Amino acid sequence: MTSYIAKRLLVAIPTLLIVSVFVFLLQKLLPGDPILALAGEERDPATIEFLRAKYHLNDPIVWQYIYWFRDLLHGDLGISLRTNQPVTELIAEKLPVTIQLAVLAMIIAMGIGIPAGILAAVRKNSALDVAANLVALSGLSVPNFWLGIMLILLVSVNLGWLPASGYAPLFSDPVRALETMIMPAFVLSTPLAATLMRHTRSAMLGALKADYVRTARAKGLSPRVVVLEHGFRNALLPIVTLSALLFGDLLAGAVLTEQIFTIPGFGKLIVDAVFNRDYAVVQGVVLCTAVGFILMNLLADVLYVLLNPRMRAAL
Amino acid sequence: MTSEPILSVRDLGVAFPDRGGWKSVVRNVSFDIAPCETVAIVGESGSGKSVTSLALMRLLQEGASRTEGTAIMGGRDLLTIPEREMRDVRGNEIAMIFQEPMTSLNPVFTIGRQISEVLIRHRGMDKAAARAETVRTLEKVRIPNAAARFHAYPHEFSGGMRQRVMIAMALASRPKLLIADEPTTALDVTIQGEILDLIKTLQDEEGMSVLFITHDMGVVAEIADRTLVMFRGEVVEEGPTGTIFQSGKQPYTRALLASVPRLGSMNGEAAPRRFSVVDAASGIAAEGRPLSSAIGPAGSPILSVRNLTTRFPIRSGFFSRQTGAIHAVENVSFDLRAGETLAIVGESGCGKSTTGRSVIRLVEPTAGTIQLDGYDVRALPPADLRRMRLSAQMIFQDPYASLNPRMSVGETVAEPFLAHQLGTKAAARAMTADLLARVGLGAEAMDRYPHEFSGGQRQRIAIARALSLKPKVIVADEAVSALDVSIKVQVCNLLLDLQEEMGLAYLFISHDMAVVERMSHRVAVMYLGEIVEIGPREAIFENPQHAYTRKLMAAVPILDPTRRQMKRLTNTDELKSPYRPIGYQAPKRNYIEVSPGHLVQCD
Repeated sequence: MTSYIAKRLLVAIPTLLIVSVFVFLLQKLLPGDPILALAGEERDPATIEFLRAKYHLNDPIVWQYIYWFRDLLHGDLGISLRTNQPVTELIAEKLPVTIQLAVLAMIIAMGIGIPAGILAAVRKNSALDVAANLVALSGLSVPNFWLGIMLILLVSVNLGWLPASGYAPLFSDPVRALETMIMPAFVLSTPLAATLMRHTRSAMLGALKADYVRTARAKGLSPRVVVLEHGFRNALLPIVTLSALLFGDLLAGAVLTEQIFTIPGFGKLIVDAVFNRDYAVVQGVVLCTAVGFILMNLLADVLYVLLNPRMRAAL
Repeated sequence: MTSEPILSVRDLGVAFPDRGGWKSVVRNVSFDIAPCETVAIVGESGSGKSVTSLALMRLLQEGASRTEGTAIMGGRDLLTIPEREMRDVRGNEIAMIFQEPMTSLNPVFTIGRQISEVLIRHRGMDKAAARAETVRTLEKVRIPNAAARFHAYPHEFSGGMRQRVMIAMALASRPKLLIADEPTTALDVTIQGEILDLIKTLQDEEGMSVLFITHDMGVVAEIADRTLVMFRGEVVEEGPTGTIFQSGKQPYTRALLASVPRLGSMNGEAAPRRFSVVDAASGIAAEGRPLSSAIGPAGSPILSVRNLTTRFPIRSGFFSRQTGAIHAVENVSFDLRAGETLAIVGESGCGKSTTGRSVIRLVEPTAGTIQLDGYDVRALPPADLRRMRLSAQMIFQDPYASLNPRMSVGETVAEPFLAHQLGTKAAARAMTADLLARVGLGAEAMDRYPHEFSGGQRQRIAIARALSLKPKVIVADEAVSALDVSIKVQVCNLLLDLQEEMGLAYLFISHDMAVVERMSHRVAVMYLGEIVEIGPREAIFENPQHAYTRKLMAAVPILDPTRRQMKRLTNTDELKSPYRPIGYQAPKRNYIEVSPGHLVQCD
């Protein structure tokens, strides 16, 4: 197993290198000269030349990449032009907020999507199945921002139950953290819950038709054991893989949700950085997101093997 | 047997929804099963035999089926008691084993857990007690090293061993009745014998009754005290097995019996002979004509295989280095002449299918030479490989999976002809009509789709497709194995007719000894990738020399309930594997010639 994980990690390295090249080139492709911005109002040629040399901008592009990559390995992603903070520091500050939001959204999505999918499969073609499918379809087709705004209007403005925006760290103020997080997390989770419900339903339909489920029924087991143990344990394989992959989507979906609920997270960081041409921050965030995606893919692969005795044996 | 029956079924009927109404699939089925008795329900696909057993267990989908009649067991009617009560009957008083041991066990749970589950559910044991009892049950079904295999997953067992696990699961709660639904159909013939013996032995030990569902008259002759013959949802004949076999009255029973290939029916004959065809209405059998003696091994070989070896590398470890190989085919040599049938027989995993595929390079051989119709097959560049395939075509086992469901029959048959640009569309259409007529289907079949045809008809379509390139050699890989006996006989006769008309050479790959006996001029017996015996059919069947050939023959059920071969050696060896570590040198094999052309491997 450890050898399998090590092998998958090794395979991830070339992917990461390719990502780093693209992220580096991103900066070169964008219009505007960051040195001119740094040099200030006077645009003194000596200062410009000094800065060019300092940031290796006179060297061939390959060398520039190598210097950049060397800094990257030292955890140095550059300085934000706007706040003059190191980018790594900014990310370290904002990332936990978004991860908190995404994990909560994931829990909500699984908590709604998986049971709904199982029920829809067990009661195939019943009113319940049709209703679940309708809700799932609307979950996918209603835009996040609209749902977010409507919820703020209803729950915060009209009913006054939950705050419309804000953020509190989970560990220092858990109650307030949940209060502020629950609504954005729910909004973020809706498309995911819908996707999970559809996939759980079809995986369960497949599993319930299988011969081993007939065997389980022939053993006189109760419907609960037949469905939840013999059926679901098999349907779980594709669901877990899908969930890990969708977690990456959550990070991307967070951009919009964080804007609506003004949560000071990763999504807000990237939006602000793009509007301010704060390229170092954009680079850092893109790189970070890519690494997150790759890690989630790896997790999906590892979980799949862990849950599948046949794959475990093949290692 | 005069004692009170343990199960008494009266007027059982089952209907499935069909175009808004209900279509009856089982009607008026009545029978009793006495304690310790074995009752067989025999019939072909669609006869309703499996539906009957599922209906008794109430395992048919509620709402999607309608059941009527009564099934009295222990004073209750199984068909009307509440579902909750029925769950105490299932797996407890009546246990069931199924046809597919490969898919009937849950792949994500250990076999120990799956058997313990029954004990915990029905006998109220705690985990530890269930575990000890499970190991005892596994020992009872003769699984070697039972305690160590408690934590093994289903995929770690061979097909025969999995069926033993299924039987252990069924027996765990000491049921009064075991329903066995085609339990040996998916297994090799030697394994089939072992499983039948096991069921008989355990029946004696446990004193339970068995309801045996099968399509195989040979299996019925081996195991059943009483037999019900089902045809299109109804019981057409019922009686003691001996009476059914000797003096079955119904034409269908006689037709069924007559169409079962019998080993030894061809003694003293050199040429293949068509199967007897039985008129289902009258039950009168017309003996099949032998193949014209003008057809047969003559002249130089059209296919000549020398030292063919096909290996599949196995990689493992951190760097995926090759650590060994499956030696699927090892040093195989044979010749095939125009108009000749060479049968390759053996059990699953022996390499017979890989041999067939290697010969026309559907899989890439590792070593050896193949001469086919003047081509050096292994040296062919891709363009010539396509041309070579004009000379050799293949027919596969599964007539459902090997036809494209989105292509009409006409398109399917004409496709190879058009793909090789042998003529115009009009010519293709004319040829297709001609071929469909030859395989016994009308030209109107052209515009219909595969799902509109039965299994036997589909196999005829597959044969027509193979013939569309006018090949000289046909590789038939288990081409009749998936078909019902009566259909099997018809398709075999068709293949012989076509051979006579067109001078085809068949490489006939099969595990069915009785069919091979009728169909072939020569026979090669394969075991673990090697040919252990090859020679004229008469010589192999009447004078088998190799121990494995004899074992294969002995395992074929004999169609005579009075000559039951009780207690074959219950051999519980796991299937030997053709996996070899890297650097393995295949030993040099020596063959001795027993009689002209009859070679036997000697170790």
